[in-house]
This record gives sequence, structure tokens and C-alpha cells, in this order.
Amino acid sequence: MNETSTPPISLEALRAGDRQEFARLVDVYSPLIYRLALKMVGDEQDAEDVLQNTFLQAFRHLNEFEGRSHLSTWLYRIAANEALMLLRKRRPETSLTDSLPEEEPLEEPAEFTDWCCLPEEELLSAEGRARLDESIRLLPETLRVVFLLRDIEGLSIQETSQALGLSETAVKTRLLRARLKLRDLLSAYYSERLTIKDESHD
Amino acid sequence: MTDQEHIQCRELLGSLSDYIDGTLGEQLCREIERHMSECHNCRVVVDTLRKTIHLYHQTAGPADLPNSVRERLFRTLHLDEFIR
Ligand SMILES: [Zn+2]
Repeated sequence: MNETSTPPISLEALRAGDRQEFARLVDVYSPLIYRLALKMVGDEQDAEDVLQNTFLQAFRHLNEFEGRSHLSTWLYRIAANEALMLLRKRRPETSLTDSLPEEEPLEEPAEFTDWCCLPEEELLSAEGRARLDESIRLLPETLRVVFLLRDIEGLSIQETSQALGLSETAVKTRLLRARLKLRDLLSAYYSERLTIKDESHD
Repeated sequence: MTDQEHIQCRELLGSLSDYIDGTLGEQLCREIERHMSECHNCRVVVDTLRKTIHLYHQTAGPADLPNSVRERLFRTLHLDEFIR
């Protein structure tokens, strides 16, 4: 697919019920929505459910989309809601007692090893990549969704706040917490790699 | 590390995301940089935090959708004739 030469999705055509334009919308955005869903719920079957529900909801509520955000932000918003609902259904006992992340004191970093000098092919080895994915899954879901939209899907702070119905301040606070937590998790892993490397040099 | 320095480490922690994204005011940037020049731990935290974000950006290449998943999606949406 050559995205640069395809014309933008026409909202008028979608609203007029143009099925070919619907199909085009699905083809442009479904890979992004599926990636978000997969990283959010961590299971292929559940991710596919989130993907299907997202577009079913989108088609159903298309006339409520007012064009105040990008179409992609609107789709991410539906997908994030679907994913969070699915996760809460899995563990219903946590939904009401979960405190808001920004109300808890910021956890101080615990790891101070500098592993930046490890070569990129080691940082991003198959094992390293698996560790990156696994670390995302260890984040509380309210932080995970912010991190995925901002740092994996590349939304701006403003778009992330629109997609999640959160203030920009709340997005920034959650993003910082997510990033610091991931840094701690990765530091524990990479500093171990660093030790192994040092020992093999002796 | 003195208590005074430690208080500064905590205060700077809240600005690190903005600092790395380049959206922090100039004065706070200078404060962070001055502090980092004297505090090894904060320097490591900033460097490894920046690297962490960089690694995640690296892994977020073009997204793709398995053909079988696409096909089932199109069927669910009654867009069968566009499966190709
Ligand atoms: Zn410090």
C-alpha cells in the first residue's frame, strides 16, 4: 500500500454510506488499531475482538463524529475504550478500587546502572524485543494505554488527551510514570546483560 | 549524596518527560543540566530514560495486519466484496 499517493478518507463519502470508502478506511487504520489492541490486551484473539468491535462501533456512530479531532484519533479513542473494557471484564474486582495514578506519589528510580553503551543489536535482539513488549504488559493499564498512544502510535500529547478524554496534565503525568517504570524494568534486564558481557571479557 | 541534593533529584523527576521531549522551558532545562553535571544518578536516569524511549520508537515500525485477521474483519463488517 502506498499511503503517500492515496487521497485522504472522505468523511462525506463515509456519511453517504459509500462502502468502498468504508473499506478504504478499514484498510488504512486497521493495522494501527490492531497493533494498539495487541499491545494493550496481549492476546491475539482478544486483540481481534477489539479490532472488530472498534470498526463496528465506528460505523454505527459515524454521524456522531464531528471532525474536531483527526479520524485516526477518534478511532484510537474507540479502540482504547474497547480494550480497557475488555481488560476490566477480565478482572472486574479492580475497576472500582483502582486509584488514579496521578494521585499517588511519584515512585523514585531504583536502578542507576548506565546500560546505554550496550550495542543496539544487543538492546534490540529477539530477547531484548521480547523484554520490551513484556515490560509494557507489566504497566497498569491506565498507564499502558497512554504510553502506547504517545510513544508507540506517535500521537501528540493533545491527541492522546482527546483519545482518552483526559486533561493534558493527566496525560503528561501518566506518560512520565509509564516511562520511568519501563526504564526501571529495562534497567534491571540490561544491567544484567552488561554484567554478563563484562564477565565474558575477563 | 546530601539531603539537599536528594530533594533536587526528586523535584527534577517530574520534569524529565518534558525535558526529553524538548517541551520544557529554557530555565528548567538549564537547572536540570546544571544538576546533572553534579549528580551521577540523575545523569544515568536521564540517559537511560531517553534510551528507553528511543528503543520503543525503534520497535514501532510500520504496523501490519495478518491476512486472516483482515479477512475476518471484512466479513464481520459485511465488506466481503472488498477482500480482494
Ligand atoms: Zn540528582
